Amino acid sequence: MPALLVRNVRAFDPQHLLDAVVDVFVEGDTITRIGPNAGVDLLASDRVRVIDGTNLWLLPGFVDLHAHVREPGQEYKEDVKSSLRAAAAGGFVDICAMPNTKPVNDTRAITEMLVYKARALGGTRLHPIGAITMGLGGKELTEMADQRDAGCVGVSDDGRCVVNSGVMRRAFEYASTFDLPVIQHAEDHDLTDGAQMHEGAVATKLGLRGWPRVAEDIIVARDLMLAEYTGGRYHLAHASTKGSVALIRAAKERGIKVSAEVTPHHLLLTHEALLGYDTACKVNPPLREESDVQALREGLADGTIDCVATDHAPHSHLEKDLPFAEASPGMVGLELCFPVLLELVRQGSFSLTRLVDAMTRSPARIVALPPPTLREGARANFVLVDPEATWTLDPARFESKSRNTPFAGRQVQGRILATYVDGVAAFELSPEKGLR
Amino acid sequence: MVDHAWSHRHLLSIADLSVADINTLLGKADTLFDEARKRPKKSEALRGRTIINVFFEASTRTRSSFEVAGKRLGADVINISVATSSVSKGESLLDTVKNLEVMRADALVIRHQASGAPNYVAKHTRASILNAGDGMHEHPTQALLDALTIRRHFGTLSGLTVAICGDIVHSRVARSNAILLGKTGSKVRLCGPKTMMPRDAETLGESATVHANLDEAIDGADVVMMLRIQNERVYGPVMASTREYSRTFGLNARRLAGAKQNVIVMHPGPINRGVELDTHLADDVRSVVLEQVEAGVAVRMAALDLCIGANTEIAPS
Repeated sequence: MPALLVRNVRAFDPQHLLDAVVDVFVEGDTITRIGPNAGVDLLASDRVRVIDGTNLWLLPGFVDLHAHVREPGQEYKEDVKSSLRAAAAGGFVDICAMPNTKPVNDTRAITEMLVYKARALGGTRLHPIGAITMGLGGKELTEMADQRDAGCVGVSDDGRCVVNSGVMRRAFEYASTFDLPVIQHAEDHDLTDGAQMHEGAVATKLGLRGWPRVAEDIIVARDLMLAEYTGGRYHLAHASTKGSVALIRAAKERGIKVSAEVTPHHLLLTHEALLGYDTACKVNPPLREESDVQALREGLADGTIDCVATDHAPHSHLEKDLPFAEASPGMVGLELCFPVLLELVRQGSFSLTRLVDAMTRSPARIVALPPPTLREGARANFVLVDPEATWTLDPARFESKSRNTPFAGRQVQGRILATYVDGVAAFELSPEKGLR
Repeated sequence: MVDHAWSHRHLLSIADLSVADINTLLGKADTLFDEARKRPKKSEALRGRTIINVFFEASTRTRSSFEVAGKRLGADVINISVATSSVSKGESLLDTVKNLEVMRADALVIRHQASGAPNYVAKHTRASILNAGDGMHEHPTQALLDALTIRRHFGTLSGLTVAICGDIVHSRVARSNAILLGKTGSKVRLCGPKTMMPRDAETLGESATVHANLDEAIDGADVVMMLRIQNERVYGPVMASTREYSRTFGLNARRLAGAKQNVIVMHPGPINRGVELDTHLADDVRSVVLEQVEAGVAVRMAALDLCIGANTEIAPS
């Protein structure tokens, strides 16, 4: 494999306050040189591939804590291969796979299958998240030591909430025995029976059953108390309410071990998007109100919310081309996450520094993965971005097998040109044209 | 009356209609109502047209009303009952509709348990879709027939105070009525126990207010509309007992005394006598329940004629 030289690129890595136009030289899987004109002595040859990085950004590779790869069981929606290709196209070098597959990942055999399959494919790395309880049933704990040894980086019953306080307490205790974070889908199911969307004026108008904010807030409040009591590590999946943001902020001030993620759609859309019954906008937790969106943006900006996660949830037209109440919740997110969020950086909701941190170091730290970084001697896990490229999100061109997104047709500015995992190209937009 | 051009191929919701649309339809229905009383003769307006009633939920009044309306206009009307259809064999709603469409149905009258189902179907078919009630969303022809009834009594749909009482959250009738009456300039009071009131209910109609006390809602009202508890849609406990519900939110002659002298009492049916409405009051002169049913046929004739009649200039998209 030839060495790789990216010349004259704006390298940006908040971890060590790097923001400079540099050359980056990669030999094998490692960055061996990084600095202004560090590769000035190198010429393109059979042994050195040179990419002109003028006016491009080089960022540490993204890490997603929350993807649904749908394998095993629903490979018509997505599988390991297509999800990893989609991830690479979105700039991700590591993704975590939620366990609500068919069957549920509640046993070592499934984790091993996923890990081996992903390794054989190469490219973006896959890290399974094991279930907290067997079959997501909310009762018996899974074999978490086994799961960790096989490669799980956390536990979650995502899609279902661990509602029973006794079980949640034991989950905190058991998971922390093996140093795994407990990732909670916070939803008091007794308050969301039959719920289709956020409970508010739009649900009232559309005649759809509501999912009130308190159903999330109640669980978050309880979980924080249990986390404090047990000393367990708590990670809140897809925070959607202003109440969650306030609770997490207060908990961090108290020193509780807590982290939280937010999705691109909860940062950008409100329940108003559902007027017209567009099932692409159906998601769980649901799109909420402007005040929630503002609180989530502020929470991400000030670090209350640690990271961005996609909650990439592929569905086929069989689950989406239906009357609203019959459609499944979820949207794809891997391939659009960074471009749609750059919009918020341009609007001034949060800085580029914070966004990059929220997609690289911060999520990696939560699941104890080595954070992708741009420095000499580090593994070459990075993304090349054209920040000026204006393009239209076209789900028909996604690497994902599914196209369910409310962002279809959206004009965005900023495009992933290439993703490298341990020095190897996992994705290149158009290698024949020098990537651009 | 100024003839306003009707520009809708479908009748999906009151929210889609302008005040001019509403007046056009009611004007037409008013004429049809009077004609039907004089000489119930069949017209030829929809001769050669095919109307299919596709009801995924039980219905007596609405389905027969649409059937009578279609037949009075000379159309061929077919009823599909879900229990005997392919739907019970797992066919999707869209496939059902596509099959009916190629049989050259001009209009599909759809009742479905899912809110928004007619909107969904309308996006995928060339036939006209008339919403005969979708989940907890809307029931536009019910609101229009209620409006016709009110208009025939008071000569107007503006400046009136209308109390809509009962299970608001599960009621598509309440939604359509609140939206329609708000648009035409009447005051809507939504009343019921808080367990039966949707979040932000006051946003349903322009100048709508929310009340948890029946006497307060009825006070000085021109129209009192009582609703049935939609037990088939209720999840979890919404009241302690029928007895207590009836005592606190049931309408009787004594409580109705708080309304205006010439108040009318309405109910979309079916009535649970002795629960939301005192049985004597249901048969009282102030009750216009049967007139509502009569207006229903006229309103549905007008709606069908406007959506698929010869005079319609709406090209199938």
